[in-house]
Amino acid sequence: MLLDIANLSKRFSSGGRDVAALNDVSLTLDPGETLGLVGASGSGKSTLARILLRLTSADAGSIRFEGKDWLALSGAELRRRRAKMQMVFQDVLGAFNPRATVASVLGDPLRIHDIVPKVERPREIATLLERVGLPASYASRSIREVSGGQRQRIAIARAIATRPSLIVLDEAVSALDVSIRGKILELLVELQQERGIACLFVSHDLAVLRAVSHRIAVMEAGRLVEIASARQVIENPQSSAARALIAAVPRLVTGMPERPHHDV
Amino acid sequence: MRRIRNLMKTPEGMAGFGILATLILVALFAPVLSPGDPLRIAGDPLLAPFVDPAFPLGTDRLGRDVLAGIIHGTRTSLAVGIAAAIAAIAIGLCVGLAAGFAGGLVEEALMRVVDAFQIVPSFLLALAFVSVIGASVPVVVLAIALGAWADPARLTRAQVLSIRERDYVAAARVIGMHPVEIAWKEILPNALPPVLALSAIIVAAAILTEAALSFLGLGDPNIVTWGSMIAEGRNVLRSSPSLSIFPGIALVVTVIGVYLLSEGFGKTLAGSEA
Amino acid sequence: MSALCEIRELEVAYRGNSVPALTNIDLDIHAGERLAIIGESGSGKSTLARTIARLLPAGARVRGEMRWSIGQVPLPGRDLGFVFQDPSASLNPVLTIGEQVAEGARRHLGLTWRTAYERALDMLERVRIPDPAKVLKAFPHQLSGGQRQRVAIAAALAAGPGILIADEVTSALDMIVQAEIVSLLDELVREAGMTLIFITHDIALASGFADRVAIFRDGGLVEAGPTGAILTSPKDVYTRALLASHRDLSTPPLIREATS
Repeated sequence: MLLDIANLSKRFSSGGRDVAALNDVSLTLDPGETLGLVGASGSGKSTLARILLRLTSADAGSIRFEGKDWLALSGAELRRRRAKMQMVFQDVLGAFNPRATVASVLGDPLRIHDIVPKVERPREIATLLERVGLPASYASRSIREVSGGQRQRIAIARAIATRPSLIVLDEAVSALDVSIRGKILELLVELQQERGIACLFVSHDLAVLRAVSHRIAVMEAGRLVEIASARQVIENPQSSAARALIAAVPRLVTGMPERPHHDV
Repeated sequence: MRRIRNLMKTPEGMAGFGILATLILVALFAPVLSPGDPLRIAGDPLLAPFVDPAFPLGTDRLGRDVLAGIIHGTRTSLAVGIAAAIAAIAIGLCVGLAAGFAGGLVEEALMRVVDAFQIVPSFLLALAFVSVIGASVPVVVLAIALGAWADPARLTRAQVLSIRERDYVAAARVIGMHPVEIAWKEILPNALPPVLALSAIIVAAAILTEAALSFLGLGDPNIVTWGSMIAEGRNVLRSSPSLSIFPGIALVVTVIGVYLLSEGFGKTLAGSEA
Repeated sequence: MSALCEIRELEVAYRGNSVPALTNIDLDIHAGERLAIIGESGSGKSTLARTIARLLPAGARVRGEMRWSIGQVPLPGRDLGFVFQDPSASLNPVLTIGEQVAEGARRHLGLTWRTAYERALDMLERVRIPDPAKVLKAFPHQLSGGQRQRVAIAAALAAGPGILIADEVTSALDMIVQAEIVSLLDELVREAGMTLIFITHDIALASGFADRVAIFRDGGLVEAGPTGAILTSPKDVYTRALLASHRDLSTPPLIREATS
């Protein structure tokens, strides 16, 4: 087991009231597996991702990652171990320092974790770019000159640069055009098969999760209400939250919708 | 730099840059343009301007060349203005960064200090400081900076607070970047632009404050400044107004140049953020 | 159905851009219909919406014609309501919800503040905001994203316009709220007999309720026609590609599933 989250809880106080953002959530993840985490906004899925990435703290519970007590780490040891758990964000614009170049974005993690010797770095950057389907010449470009879909590819390249065993994706394709989404999802699946990376894919879109997840976990109001294989959740949902999410996925309606016509 | 080229595209930027570039050149080459000590007695007293080609702007009560005074005065005004602005921004940046990163009690304490300095009128503060310590160029610079650092501090802190929440700062943490490197490479460069935009206003205010201090006799008595020239001319304002008017015009042109440049900067920054 | 608006050879370019955002658009808008404008980023769909609503920024160059059958060009607010994508940005954070919804009614219908507030309350009920009397006095930041968008719709409809333009109104919302907002819009528009122009990048979402769709790409109109016809027999290769890239729950997954 690569990741073991047990009884994770977090409360926020908002306007005098206590809101449970996460309420006793437990789940596990095996190496090379993709777990889709789905829920409406406010369900707590993003909070879980942020706690997992140590961007915010939990009030209770434990996380074991690669056999170590993940929440107990701090300082230089935490920074070192972060190489094994990386993230792809939703907001393709805000996820990069506006002054960065593609080379600096990919070079930073390589440098911090000493993945390859300094002289090898340009070549490693070129390899990473090519692996995500971008020409190596992009390295010298400013991050602002690159399109949305291309930026997400660079974000994926940054995430795999440190040879992680787990990547957390938070709504990673929600902001992309539909025609590009498919390609990014294919890339992720390829990388997973190639490198055995596990993925925790957070999204409110079940259709996206269906495409790439082995298992799906459904969250509602801070609780984990259902967790099963992707096929099980889609074809035989047990929770009302799952049913609502399934119903909310837009389907192509090719017949004329039934409704009273206006006089034509 | 790309920025300067963009700046040139706006009419304000071009005009401002032109004025300031000219002034900087005048300041740099003052000894060449007007050799000798500008405070020496060069000719007959109270010569009218545009009469004698040797003294194009006339002379003052003691026979000192007005044009030489204006040319050499450029050095003082620009030097004091720019030095005071740099000092104010440096102090403001340090305090703002410390407040933004530290949080908690440290942030509260620092912001109350900022409040205190913002409440006191900056000119009175400078005045008090120079009166107590004594007038010399470094003291004047420090006095002006003391009145001006609070605005950049407040702005820097606001920028740090806002940028800290951005995804790219979170991304830097996730890849394992050291907090000091995050502050230096990710946050600071992105916090700077609005603070630097403020610098133009601080330069303009500093130049005027220096002139006002000199006018009141609290500037450095050993050098010529536009403010001291205006003060000198006060005594013969009715008969020879040009003695005060010319340095006054110089001040106006300088401040307008600084404002135009900062307008131009503001426009290019707004354009590049789009 | 009569043509409410005939757009002919429309070309729009923003200031400072040599490449036009829209080129040579010929499109009819029928009265009382629900028209979906579908395109990806850069297709020009939002530009079209803003051109119709006269919301283009200063310096934009517009060429071509928009012939309206109602006589004069529709006045934004009174004849035409506009709902934006980001409800956090389209609502003023320092004004109460009541003020913002009542404003349109007051200005265009000449109502007093008291009557306008009553109308605002009525609008909030129609957009199914829970506890509307309390929300009248609340501020935007106290509401959720979905509720804010409902408020934005109420504000757009406050003066009773005949046309509603919804510019990517669900793109910033999650799936469940998206479905609710779409069904709300459908119902409101049908009740009032309004014309709805729905801008979106999601062809499946539009297919659920639109009478006609118009597909845009890179500033040009690819094809337009009744929803059923376009979706079952698309004429253009781009439309086919767009339909093919749609994923829903019945699309086979990309991963190899373990047979369990």
